[in-house]
Amino acid sequence: MIQILLWAPLAAGLVACAMPQRLVALPPLLTAITRLGLVIYVVARFNPSLGLQHTVDESWIPALGVRYQLGVDGISLFLAVLTSVLWLATTIWSTINPHERPRTWFLMLGIAETATLGAFLAQDLILFVLFFDLMLIPFYFLFGAWGKEHPGRPEEDEGPIRPQPAVIKMIVYTLVGSLLMLAGAIATGILTANGGPVDFNIQHLAANPLSSGSQYWIFWFFAAAFLVKMPAFPLHAWMPDAYRVAPLPALALFSGVLSKVGAYGFLRIVLPVFPAATTHFQEVILVIAVASILYGSVMAFTQTSARLILGYSSVAQLGFITLGIFSLRPDGADGAVLQMVNHGLVVAPLMLIAILLVARAGTDDITKMGGLAMRAPVLAALFLIATMALLAIPGSSNFMGEFYILNGIFQEKIVYAFIAAIGIALSAYYALRMYQHAMHNRKPDGIESREVGLFEGGVVAGLVACIVALALWPGLILHRAENSTAASVAASHQAAPTQVAER
Amino acid sequence: MNFNAPHIDYAGLSPVIALTAGLVIVLMAGLIPRIGRFMTAGLTIAVLASTVGLSIWQWGSETDLVAGALRLDAFGLSATLIACTAAAIVVLLAIREPAAEEANHGAFYSLLLGSVLGMTLIAQAQNLVAFFVALELLSIPLYVLSASARREERSLEAGLKYLIIGSIGSATILYGFALLYGASGSTDFSGIAHAVGPGGHGNDTLVLIGTAMAATGLAFKTSLAPFHQWTPDVYQGAPTPVTAFMAVATKAAAFIALARLFEVALGPIAQDWKPALAAIAVASIAIGNIGALGQDSLKRLMGYSGVAQAGYMLAGVVVATEKGLEALVFYLAAYTLMNLAVFAVVVGRERETELGDDIESVAGLGRSRPLLAWPLTIGMLALAGLPGTSGFMGKLFLIEATVDGDYTWLGVIIVIGSMVSLAYYLRVVAAVWMRSEPAAAPVQPMPAIAGGSPEADATTKGTGRCVLIFGSAVLCATATVVFGIAPSPLIDWASHAASSLATTI
Repeated sequence: MIQILLWAPLAAGLVACAMPQRLVALPPLLTAITRLGLVIYVVARFNPSLGLQHTVDESWIPALGVRYQLGVDGISLFLAVLTSVLWLATTIWSTINPHERPRTWFLMLGIAETATLGAFLAQDLILFVLFFDLMLIPFYFLFGAWGKEHPGRPEEDEGPIRPQPAVIKMIVYTLVGSLLMLAGAIATGILTANGGPVDFNIQHLAANPLSSGSQYWIFWFFAAAFLVKMPAFPLHAWMPDAYRVAPLPALALFSGVLSKVGAYGFLRIVLPVFPAATTHFQEVILVIAVASILYGSVMAFTQTSARLILGYSSVAQLGFITLGIFSLRPDGADGAVLQMVNHGLVVAPLMLIAILLVARAGTDDITKMGGLAMRAPVLAALFLIATMALLAIPGSSNFMGEFYILNGIFQEKIVYAFIAAIGIALSAYYALRMYQHAMHNRKPDGIESREVGLFEGGVVAGLVACIVALALWPGLILHRAENSTAASVAASHQAAPTQVAER
Repeated sequence: MNFNAPHIDYAGLSPVIALTAGLVIVLMAGLIPRIGRFMTAGLTIAVLASTVGLSIWQWGSETDLVAGALRLDAFGLSATLIACTAAAIVVLLAIREPAAEEANHGAFYSLLLGSVLGMTLIAQAQNLVAFFVALELLSIPLYVLSASARREERSLEAGLKYLIIGSIGSATILYGFALLYGASGSTDFSGIAHAVGPGGHGNDTLVLIGTAMAATGLAFKTSLAPFHQWTPDVYQGAPTPVTAFMAVATKAAAFIALARLFEVALGPIAQDWKPALAAIAVASIAIGNIGALGQDSLKRLMGYSGVAQAGYMLAGVVVATEKGLEALVFYLAAYTLMNLAVFAVVVGRERETELGDDIESVAGLGRSRPLLAWPLTIGMLALAGLPGTSGFMGKLFLIEATVDGDYTWLGVIIVIGSMVSLAYYLRVVAAVWMRSEPAAAPVQPMPAIAGGSPEADATTKGTGRCVLIFGSAVLCATATVVFGIAPSPLIDWASHAASSLATTI
């Protein structure tokens, strides 16, 4: 079941390579729809009071103690759903607007989805690292081979940005983190085994924590990988260039799902496996999170490129999620899981809308847009809903998420909560600024206000419908994630390790 | 004085005998006028295949051969298997290579077989004299092969440079061996181990100097920094198939021999050489990776990358545990496959374009020649150690061995080295997929049929050599991916090889 979910995208990508040009999109499309059905079935069957479900446990590399272990729990469940939904949207989108060399495009999309789902489902630490690293390779190709040169910011003496260097920068940055994580993961396994048989099972590692001295250095190997991936404030330097050259449909996935893997990694691995280090370095990570919120928000409302506004807003949003996780309280972490899904669902349609804006205005510079809403009420409405969700208007599910996060952090470290609250106000400013500049104002010459096409509108509307549905029923996620996040957080409260082993 | 002729175990020696006989046969066959290039190549591959067959037959037996000069075990045979596989693929690449044509196919291939014979022997040698003779048997054919493109100045220069530096390396080893013999009074590895063992002359200056000189000489051969300077020049100058052979087979044999020498003969003084070898490993990783950064010539790039990779492999020797040796053998096998995938593509592009081995020659390959682009991409990603390839498994194995052997910091250095290496490996991948073909129209020696696609060309008569090159590239790349997903067979093989050495220690 879960195996089909995991490997179908890759298989579909391979099959697509063998299809005639006109039917290339068919296998990925069919499997994407089937998988959405599958994942809904998994959600329906999910029992929140049990821990890990749909587990798979096979021997893989016995000599190294690496096993092929998969499973879903409350944390990974909805991230898997998010992955399936966003990939379906992108697959439909790239069927409507085919790219050059569609076979390779769909193959890369397939590899990327398998790797991402793999990272969410893996229960073996090495398997997780493997999928985590693998995720990057297809995006290297997607961004590099289909990326377009971006004019940059000539007014700030910034030359044009070419895809190749930008992508290599991104890969080097992100892999620096994840390769260190590989060394850290191996060290964790070996040190835990202490001469005995090596076992990389995450729960096994959580049940037998290392000495705090070892935890301290390994913690940073993992934190580096996850913080770069998000990206968090001082480690985000790869983001502006990569975001500006990337093809937007792929960027929707990258920003929507891949950035969450970092946050997920904290919840799944760092908190339970390195509890002593987590409490020890809690403040450091909180400072990074708050810095990300402020920096991301400020940058987002000074940028003119729609891509960068969304990129920096992601930095800020991921800051909120990190804040929730490192409040080390169940409600904060629960809110973080909700917010991960929310942010994915919001940023992906906004990226797709950005494609439409660029198609109409010929540039992603929002100061050169305007009046696009005039003849496009549907587009305007969809854009508005997504914008409102981005700024977390009360009533939206993002509001719920941020509320839970702030609630958690208020009870733990009130100072950070106050500073973070500023971020919410700032988010309203940058989100509305983007919407206003693009849709309202006077329409400059040479820009055409056109209604969104049926299929494209359908894709965006589908995602927006998910936002609305979650706004009406956030409990869908909160309720199911509750137990798993509580267990993750409990470990870091020096709770008896047995409690973790139970789930 | 009584002299007893040593008992000869012909079954155990059969791989060596097959290679020796094959060498002569191929040389003679090359003299027959009008024998086709495919005949000699076929004959060479048949010899290699029979050697592989005999090695597999002997796999698992553990005996001393020829009065203890050689040790037949799975560890040594693993080098034979790697060298034979590499040589067979190199033969495929060398068909129609100008150097091979000029050097007369029979002579070219028999030199290749001679080198393989040296590798087989050195991997089994457990006596200083046998070790040195095998080392020379391995090296001398390579000097000649490097210079075999006689009309190219660069090839001659490479041959000469390799000869001089190789001789310095050999001389250093020989001096070191003499000192070791002087200190221990024995040329047998077991005798040396006994002499330097507990209560012996372990801390004798002679032993330490001898060890250092032997390590230095072997570092020349395996192109470890700071004794690597010849590597990029020779790699660039030598005919590409020869470069491919040097890069993989020499490395495999020399590392297996180095591991046997240090673990068996010098094992009791491991505490003395471990830090030194660790320092060499770190230097190689740093110098190799930094040197490769700005290279535009693919062969030079592979040369520097080879230096770095040798540094990673040395980590397996440094930890001096069974796990380290397992990781070494696994990495050598994986490295052979991924390197050959890359070199096959370089050979192919060298023949198709006039750009030689410049990085421009592979630009835009993703669009025009997917069958060459994919093996090159997979090879590069594997060298960088990205998941889904055997390179990742190799690094995983090596790092696990270093952590297990209390050399965690060396594992971290390996990881940092891999990060730096991404910058140049990915540059090649970027050229393949993200650039268009160079403006100058590539010179196609065989004009494509009008309207034919690259795939169609490959099956057309007259471009048969492309099929061989494609075939070897695709084969190596497929194996790289397969062992990246299901590494267990290769791991079992490697651990069997490593455990056979561990019993000797």
